[in-house]
Amino acid sequence: MRSFRITIMLKPGVLDAPGQAVERGLGALGYQVGQVRVGKVIELILPDGERATADEMCARFLANPLIETWAIEEIVQGATQ
Amino acid sequence: MIWGVVFFPGSNCDRDCVHALRSVVGHTVVEVWHEDQSLDGIDALVLPGGFSYGDYLRSGAIAATAPVMRAVRELAARGAPVLGICNGFQILTEAGLLPGTLLHNASLRFRCHPAWVRVESDRTPFTAGLRPGTVLRMPVAHGEGAYFAPPAEVAALEDAGRVVFRYCDPHGRVTPAANPNGSVAGIAGVSSDSGNVVGLMPHPERASEALLGSIDGRRLFESVIGALVGAG
Repeated sequence: MRSFRITIMLKPGVLDAPGQAVERGLGALGYQVGQVRVGKVIELILPDGERATADEMCARFLANPLIETWAIEEIVQGATQ
Repeated sequence: MIWGVVFFPGSNCDRDCVHALRSVVGHTVVEVWHEDQSLDGIDALVLPGGFSYGDYLRSGAIAATAPVMRAVRELAARGAPVLGICNGFQILTEAGLLPGTLLHNASLRFRCHPAWVRVESDRTPFTAGLRPGTVLRMPVAHGEGAYFAPPAEVAALEDAGRVVFRYCDPHGRVTPAANPNGSVAGIAGVSSDSGNVVGLMPHPERASEALLGSIDGRRLFESVIGALVGAG
C-alpha cells in the first residue's frame, strides 16, 4: 500500500481563469506578482501500490488530457515536510 | 414519441426541460434518475443544465461516471437523438461522446443573457428541420462555456460539418462581440460523427414559450419529431 500525491495543472496556453483571478486579488492587496497559476492536488492511497494505476486514473478521470498535465509523487510516511 | 430527461444531483434545468417538452411541446417525458440503469422505451434523451455533483473535479466529470451513462452510451450508439444542454454538454464531452471541452469564459465572468446562434448544420435530428443560416435567440447562463479543442480537431470538425451552432449577432454575423465566452471559432454547439449526439451551451428549454421572450428553442425539440418520422 503506497500513497501518492497528484498535482494537476492546466497546460501552458490554456486560459487559467482561477489563476488570473488570484493574480488580480494579490495585486489588489498591493503585491507585485508575476504569472499565477492555480491547479489541483489530489492525495490517495493505492492498495496495489502501483504508480501506473495512478497514472491511468489521471488519464481516464482525474485530469482532462486535452487541457491538463499531471505529476505523480509518492508520499513517504514519516518524511519531514 | 417518448423523451427522457436525466436528473443528476445538482442539475437545475431538469424541471425546465420536462416542462418545455411535456407542457409546451406536448410530448411524453420520462424522468430518469442518474442511478437508473435502463433507458428502455426512450426515443430521445436530454441531459439538462446545472451544476451536477457541484462541478467537483471538472464540470461534468463526475456525472460522466454516473451509472446511467452506460445506458446513455448504448442509446447514443443506437443512433437515438441525445441532447446535452450547458452542463449536459460538459457531461457529454467528459464522457467522450462529444469532442473537445468547455473552458472558463475568457471574460472570467458568469454570462447570463440572451444570445443568438446561427444554425451551421442540419445533419442532426435537432436541426434537421432548420435551414443552415437560421438565427435562433436563446439565453446563455454559464461560467465555463468557452469551447476548446486543438486546432487540428477544430478543423476536422469544421470539415465534417460537425459544428452545429455558432454564436452570432441578431443578423447572423459571426463576430467577436457576439461571442459571449471566447469559444474557439465562435462554436456554441457540436455533434458526434454520426450527428445524433449534440451538445450546446445556450438553453433551448428557456426559449420555448412566448412568455419567456423567445420560442426559437422549441424548434430544436420539434425538429426531432420530423427527424424520427423521416428515419422511419
